[in-house]
Amino acid sequence: MTVGSQSLIVRLLRHPSGLVGLLLIALAVGMALGAGFFFPAGPWTMAGPPRLWPGQNAAFLLGTDSLGRDLAAGLFHGSRVSLAVGASAAVVSILIGTVVGSLSGYYGGWLDDVLMRLTDAMQTIPSFLSAIAIVGIVGPSLPTIIFAIAIVSWPMIARLVRAEFLRLRTYDFVQSCRIIGMSDMRIIFTQILPNCLAPIIVASSVLVATAIIVEASLSFLGLGDPNAMSWGTILGNGRAALRTAWYMTAIPATALVLTVLALNLVGDALNDVLNPRLKERS
Amino acid sequence: MPRYVLRRLSQAVLVMLLVVIGSFFLVKMAPGDLVDVLAGNSDMTADQMASLRVRYGLDQPVLVQLFIYMSRLVMLDFGYSPLNAAPVLDVIMGRWPVTAILVVSSVVISMTVGTVLGVISARNAGNPIDLSISILMLVLYATPSFVIAICFILFFSVFLGAMPIAGFATVGTQATGFAYAWDVVKHLAMPVAALCTFYVAIYGRIGRASMLEVLKLDYVRTARAKGLPERRVIYVHALRNALLPLVTMAGLQVSALVGGAVLIETIFGLPGMGRTAFDAVFERDTNLLLGVLFISSLSVVVVNFVIDLLYMALDPRVELA
Repeated sequence: MTVGSQSLIVRLLRHPSGLVGLLLIALAVGMALGAGFFFPAGPWTMAGPPRLWPGQNAAFLLGTDSLGRDLAAGLFHGSRVSLAVGASAAVVSILIGTVVGSLSGYYGGWLDDVLMRLTDAMQTIPSFLSAIAIVGIVGPSLPTIIFAIAIVSWPMIARLVRAEFLRLRTYDFVQSCRIIGMSDMRIIFTQILPNCLAPIIVASSVLVATAIIVEASLSFLGLGDPNAMSWGTILGNGRAALRTAWYMTAIPATALVLTVLALNLVGDALNDVLNPRLKERS
Repeated sequence: MPRYVLRRLSQAVLVMLLVVIGSFFLVKMAPGDLVDVLAGNSDMTADQMASLRVRYGLDQPVLVQLFIYMSRLVMLDFGYSPLNAAPVLDVIMGRWPVTAILVVSSVVISMTVGTVLGVISARNAGNPIDLSISILMLVLYATPSFVIAICFILFFSVFLGAMPIAGFATVGTQATGFAYAWDVVKHLAMPVAALCTFYVAIYGRIGRASMLEVLKLDYVRTARAKGLPERRVIYVHALRNALLPLVTMAGLQVSALVGGAVLIETIFGLPGMGRTAFDAVFERDTNLLLGVLFISSLSVVVVNFVIDLLYMALDPRVELA
């Protein structure tokens, strides 16, 4: 890739949706980093009277939930869990997907057949259904949730990487590497893979967004880690009080939607910046 | 053509085999077995539990159990569900139609609405209509279905009081014929709409890009040059080609919708497959869970097979690949 990381950020900031997306993500990351500083008592403390509406009491700007827990504290600490799960699940699925996709695309033949049928099978089982089954069977904890999300989302990356490898393996530079006797592993990881980084980076922002949604959905259903409060947990708790206190649902929902929106915007911007040819076409 | 169909068919069988083996081993990871669940609901002695294990073949090695399970599957015997005190197949057959109605209407509606919005967007590329549709797509694309569902409940059921909040039909309804159908439509309107929104956005975005691509091709210019009305050029000539990527999407969508149905059926209290899977996980009813995983995967495989055939009808070049 010719684009250095420094200039990539600059080019993203010049892109309108990239700028908005990055600002929103910076806000969410800031909330996650500042959670301990602003709300040292943590999200579980019953800090005040229950069911305070936002603005009713200056000490609780976003109000409190049915148990008197500060919603702002939940929102800040929740961003830690949501972002951490989203990012780690994305990293794990990119690792699995890249290995499967590159082996499949580079070697072809029976290995490709086996790995692709495996990918097909993973994409056939409805992914949220298998996520629920894995978390329900192994038991709800953050590592299990990350593992479950990664297991259901790697096939997309595998297909992407495989398609890139199928295209690139016929190129002259790969043939030259073969001729000078470079090992397969070295060709795959040091020669071809760096050329597929652009599509992987674009896909990764969508992957993080999807992972955040899946985690929120699991927690909403009560399958989240009981010791970690995420935005989905707050949403699930607020649902019981939907008729009388809809703000308890609306606040975490807004945070969730804005974060996912921001990641999608950055994904679109990355796509334009990393694949300038595509932009000309549309 | 038969050769291509045969190859796809053998791939489909292989995929189902992998699904069966994978889900079997996943369920085997659970602590405790069927007999533990049964024993939890009654006071059984250790002897009785042991004899039950022999009866269900749970005392056999895992690979033998897998073989027994697979040979039963061939005869459509999914075993017994302690949670419902009924054979798994009966339970699933009762719940399956609800999810099928949800998924099929979601696919049809989201594809139609999304395509129409995408085409309108492409025809107005760059002007305010395109911009506002694109912003709408962006927001719908970022909003998870369960958040949409909650918004609907809040607005239509709580504030306006216009829509029923849960269930498949009014409890204890005596209505028949058209009145009953209308009752069901009213109950399913919000769940279907909530399942749709994300895919309206996807179809809209793909539809717009694909339409812009096709509109630049020579054959569209030819159609215009020979004086065809614009409406005919767009909806008859261009759309057929622009539909191809959308049809591919529909195959993936069915699988995702069955998964999404878990959330929607739970929120709206609908007795479908998703709700059943959720209950099976919570109550550790492994036979039922395996059955739901199998039937929903089978439905996805069948739908994708049909879509491949459809794809061939739309684009005869495909079978060469």
